[in-house]
Amino acid sequence: MNRKSFINQSGRWIMLGAMAYLTGHIFFRRKVSASGKYVWQIDPYKCNQCGRCATQCVRAVSAVKCVHAFQLCGYCDLCGGYFKPNTLNLTTGAENRLCPTGALTRKFVEEPFFEYTIDEDLCNGCGKCVKGCSSFGNGSLQLQIRHNLCQNCNECSIARLCPSDAISRVPVESAYQIKGDFKNPAVKETR
Amino acid sequence: MKGSRLILVILIWLGAFSILPAQQRFPKPEFRTDYTQPAPTTPESRATAMEFLDVAVLLAVMSLTAWFAIRKRSRKGILVLTIVSIIYFGFYKKGCICPIGSIQNVVLALANPGYSLPLYVLLLFLLPLVFSLLFGRVFCGAACPLGAIQDLLIFKPITIAPWLRKTLGIFPYIYLGLAVLFAATGTEFIICRYDPFIGIYRTHGPYLMILLGIAFLLTGLFVARPYCRFLCPYGALLNITSRFSWKHLSVYPTHCIECKLCTTACPFEAIDFPDSVRERPETRKSARRFILFFILIPVLMAAGGWIGSRSHVYLSRAHHTVALAELLISHPELRNDTDNLDIQTFLASGKSLETLAAEAQVIRDKFRTGGWILGAFLGLVIGFMTLNQLIYRRKEDYQANKGACYSCARCLDYCPVE
Repeated sequence: MNRKSFINQSGRWIMLGAMAYLTGHIFFRRKVSASGKYVWQIDPYKCNQCGRCATQCVRAVSAVKCVHAFQLCGYCDLCGGYFKPNTLNLTTGAENRLCPTGALTRKFVEEPFFEYTIDEDLCNGCGKCVKGCSSFGNGSLQLQIRHNLCQNCNECSIARLCPSDAISRVPVESAYQIKGDFKNPAVKETR
Repeated sequence: MKGSRLILVILIWLGAFSILPAQQRFPKPEFRTDYTQPAPTTPESRATAMEFLDVAVLLAVMSLTAWFAIRKRSRKGILVLTIVSIIYFGFYKKGCICPIGSIQNVVLALANPGYSLPLYVLLLFLLPLVFSLLFGRVFCGAACPLGAIQDLLIFKPITIAPWLRKTLGIFPYIYLGLAVLFAATGTEFIICRYDPFIGIYRTHGPYLMILLGIAFLLTGLFVARPYCRFLCPYGALLNITSRFSWKHLSVYPTHCIECKLCTTACPFEAIDFPDSVRERPETRKSARRFILFFILIPVLMAAGGWIGSRSHVYLSRAHHTVALAELLISHPELRNDTDNLDIQTFLASGKSLETLAAEAQVIRDKFRTGGWILGAFLGLVIGFMTLNQLIYRRKEDYQANKGACYSCARCLDYCPVE
């Protein structure tokens, strides 16, 4: 064995050793989740509807959409999420509606109740209706990351700028945390 | 399993109902008509098993690249693999999480015990490194979607003067050092944020990201693989490990006839010239220089560390907590600025400015330590790069430089010895 191949070999083994040590260190000392897949999730209790979800997502139309937890809804005629404040006519005219894209629509159920639904193709996640609903109503409208649309970036570009730190990385099993519809006990992760 | 889940759901519902009446301003009506209440939908993300498929595809592409580069000596095969990884890792998987960005996940897992590192991310980080120790930079050759798109768009590569090439070669280490510092302090993932090509693969992204990507691709028409050579932080790691590779692509199959065709074929100037065409420096003079620069390394490291720690205040501003605390302390009048979302949210949260300042100070202290390490690391890198220039390595014929070669196999097609 000449000098060159000795340096080559020992360098290789040292580096392999370093990698093995690193793996072992992360594996045994720290948390490694074997099956773990992590996704980004909005905590609706922390969200303050600042509107950045609409503009900061890497997607052209944000992967954050408004989601309606019907169980929490009061089915009101005068809906704080549907109508602009101080609207005189409670009609479906565009000038009266809060949603800038017309994604929030309502359907008459029975006197005096209306069902409110969101057309996710139109929703841009601006959170105006969520703010209206949380301020004046039950808070049944809320912003959620839709995982069929989310690119699951390594670092969510909305989370980076979220002023209330409402977005966190959670195991995929607790992907959605919808108020009034707690399918998953919220397992929180530190970012 | 099913039963326990059902009980859990019932319990949660019961819990929810016991709280809800107090919360709801407008109670849910009792409908007289037969109205059924819809449930909110929760669309699924990409299946978890698919992430291990990504690892399997990565393994397959890298193994095939190694086979094509070392055994089969086929540029065509590698070209096909390049297109495969553009389609799979680029347009189908849309990038995240890639081995380049996984550096930050691994660093964060080391720095922050609360951060869970998925096993497949660890594999994405380690596999290309292990492969580079065995077969050279086969990951860069075909498996990396960022390299692949640049590789296909090499049009008329110009020769870059060695001094310029080597000076620019310091940038990957600076980028790597900053990325590690920002990841370890929990500031942000700069490799992902300034990834130039992911916006192209996703066909949408922030304006600047797309612009950066197009700029890199246009530069890449003439300066082959500009991102890989002069910026990629993972390439910096692979450059080091690949130097110790067990097997590596060899330009010629049996013997070299010194026709120099390979040097014209290589767009990356990654082929070293043999002794016959190089001037050998005077032994005594170069030995003295070598010793001088070797002694200089600790000096460089100390100087780098000092500069790094001096710039910690500036660097730490990248962290939002530090930036917010600084802004509030230096401009208290901004408290009345209703348009500043960050400040208004902070004020509404009820946290005191003292708490925020204390948090910012903890982060800033981390940056001070990190600045020392970053500066010392860069000093070490610069020192070693200079030393490397002084060592004269004997070479009998034209050979691929193991550190810089991407195993793209262009030279193999040009070698007349078959």
